Amino acid sequence: MDASLAVRARGITKCFGDVVALDGVDLDVTEGRIHGLVGPNGAGKTTLLGLLLGLAVADRGSLEILGTPVGRVLSAPDGVAGFVDGPGLYPSLTARQNLAALASLRGPDARTAGIDEVLDQVGLTAVADDRTRGFSLGMRQRLGLAAALLTRPRLLVLDEPSNGLDPAGKRHVHGVLSRLAADGTAVVLSSHRMDDLEALCSEVTILATGRVVFSGPLGKLAAENRELDYRLLTSDPPAARELAAAVRGIEIVDAGVLVVRASVPALDELVARLVGAGVAVRELAPVVSPLETAFLALTEQQEDGR
Amino acid sequence: MTAVAAGARVSGAGSVSVARGYRFELVKLVSQWRIRLLVLACWSVPGLFTAAVSLQSTLPTDTLFGRWMHATGWAGPLVTLGFAGTWALPLLTSVVAGDVFASEDRLGTWRHLLVAVRSPRRVFAAKALAGLTVLLLLVAGLACSSTAGGLLAVGDRPLPGLDGHPLAPGDAAARVLLAWLCVLAPTLALAGIGLLGSVALGRSPMGLLLPALVALAMQLAQMMPMPVAVRLALPTSAFTTWNGLFSTPAQKTPLLIGIAVGLVWAVSATALARLLFLRRDFTNPADDGSGRRALTLGALPLAGLAAATTAVVTVTTGATGSGIAQEKVQRSLATAFAHLYRLQTAQLGRPAVTEARLRATAACDKGSVHVAAEGPGNDWRCVVSWHLPGVEAAGTAVYQLDVAPDGRFVADGDGPKEVNGYFLVRTPTGDAPNPLWQFDGTVELLATAKASSKG
Repeated sequence: MDASLAVRARGITKCFGDVVALDGVDLDVTEGRIHGLVGPNGAGKTTLLGLLLGLAVADRGSLEILGTPVGRVLSAPDGVAGFVDGPGLYPSLTARQNLAALASLRGPDARTAGIDEVLDQVGLTAVADDRTRGFSLGMRQRLGLAAALLTRPRLLVLDEPSNGLDPAGKRHVHGVLSRLAADGTAVVLSSHRMDDLEALCSEVTILATGRVVFSGPLGKLAAENRELDYRLLTSDPPAARELAAAVRGIEIVDAGVLVVRASVPALDELVARLVGAGVAVRELAPVVSPLETAFLALTEQQEDGR
Repeated sequence: MTAVAAGARVSGAGSVSVARGYRFELVKLVSQWRIRLLVLACWSVPGLFTAAVSLQSTLPTDTLFGRWMHATGWAGPLVTLGFAGTWALPLLTSVVAGDVFASEDRLGTWRHLLVAVRSPRRVFAAKALAGLTVLLLLVAGLACSSTAGGLLAVGDRPLPGLDGHPLAPGDAAARVLLAWLCVLAPTLALAGIGLLGSVALGRSPMGLLLPALVALAMQLAQMMPMPVAVRLALPTSAFTTWNGLFSTPAQKTPLLIGIAVGLVWAVSATALARLLFLRRDFTNPADDGSGRRALTLGALPLAGLAAATTAVVTVTTGATGSGIAQEKVQRSLATAFAHLYRLQTAQLGRPAVTEARLRATAACDKGSVHVAAEGPGNDWRCVVSWHLPGVEAAGTAVYQLDVAPDGRFVADGDGPKEVNGYFLVRTPTGDAPNPLWQFDGTVELLATAKASSKG
């Protein structure tokens, strides 16, 4: 096995009765990387995350986590932490008590060590002594992340960690995950928020109906993709429209707020011409993110192929 | 980052020990207001109840030992025990054991817990032990509180047993303690059923109610005139057979059978719950363990166990019928009468007389003369005869008996007035409750005529 792989799955198949949740899934997650898992509802993301957390065993295929083959016995692999379907919190305990109770599972010395620090990292110090009964979804998500951090994981598995987060909460979570990855922890997270995935992940795996339809770096996904629509704001919209119409490979989709459909090389040429003509480019951004476009294209293909 | 990840490439210490998981479960249980209130109630309410009832004029005479609450503090814990077996213990097991697994379903915390503990086996063991601990704490509260209430309000005085024989305070204390220990067996059986319901029925409220429903069903069954072997093979039979400890000699056999059956049920139901729990699929969000499998793996084996224990009790004891026969009723009544007659003699300041010299006997009939005198019913009528030293003629007194299917009877004196026809007796120090007017007794369901005549 490659020593730098935190997860190496080959041909993983998992069925619930007649329903095939995962069908021959391969997955490689490198240490120190944040790996995104996307797919439509029912694609098998939570099942795959559950396998990584040791909540179930695959019916077929091989799975190695942190260099150790996972057996047929139900047991969470060592060094793995995280949650699926939302974090598990006990409403009658405060945030600090929830973490202390979890920490005490690892030994008396661990009861208080690190609790204040992880609470600070996820931005919950101010509510540390409040019962979690009244916590919002975003606060619960952050406390769930703090609980996972307490175990000092080498593989962190998170299911929709951005759900319910306000901008400040999102910043905390992104900061924590980026620092973890920088320190060598592998992070696997699922999300429907493409902007989050694009901001955080270096690699993504797209699942549809239990099968992998794409797995690799985000850049590769964008390159493999077709032309995208871009919104272009300039200092001189009529001139920009004129220049765009003249560049080969560019199609004007909307002439009001200028939206052009173009490949990356054609777009590069347009920008060069705008600058050459003295037109300032104030904003140039894809209308729909490359990941989202690829996601829709790939999953629609999969659905059509069924 | 930061110390959390930096240099923290130490992986977790594998699966968590049962001891740590147990502490974790206890923390969760004790943090619930419901459990805190129950602990507080169990450690205070029985004591207050016992003290309050002991100090008022009306006594709960329909509960065993209720009529002695004025006489001794040791009646209080036994009245509480009778009430606990009917209501409190089934409900407490429901709330504690019936919820210990289902609460994780309700909160959606199963996956979190399994990832943290890393072993479903240890999760099960920790939860079962934590539930058991809280349950024992509650039962201990009921026993200690009611004993303290009785002793403080009335005092440490002799307790008349169910055969009328006075038990010295030390002896009464030991038997009260033993009786509370004996009902742990059926309580554990209900707790096992609670664990099974909690695992098998998931979020369904039926899981929470199961121990209470099972206990209620068995109480209804025990009120029916069914064969004695079936009655003793019920896992909750020790909730009533503990009263055998308060006759002399103690009626141990039904109690020991009840304890054994209760423990077998506790172990079997817990083992079934564990089996169901370990087979559960925690990645399937639709699966909370309930469904057809719960019926086949949970209910059917217990039905088989009930049939098997009934067969074993029938074969080993050879018991048939209701266990309530004419001769046994007569002997029990005569024995209790003789002991209580001595008590009345002492109250009236008359010369003491022994049971042997009284030579009390009873002649009982049931209902119509055309019906055989056996089985439970409130239509038993008895005439007790006894002899006094130096008096040629035998004294006689009439009693109406209400004999319950579990062998307990209430004897209601029908006269003459001077002996048993009036609730008070005139003593040199004023009127006092007449011990012969109404009293409780018990017929040993398993005893044969020959065996008991030795005792």
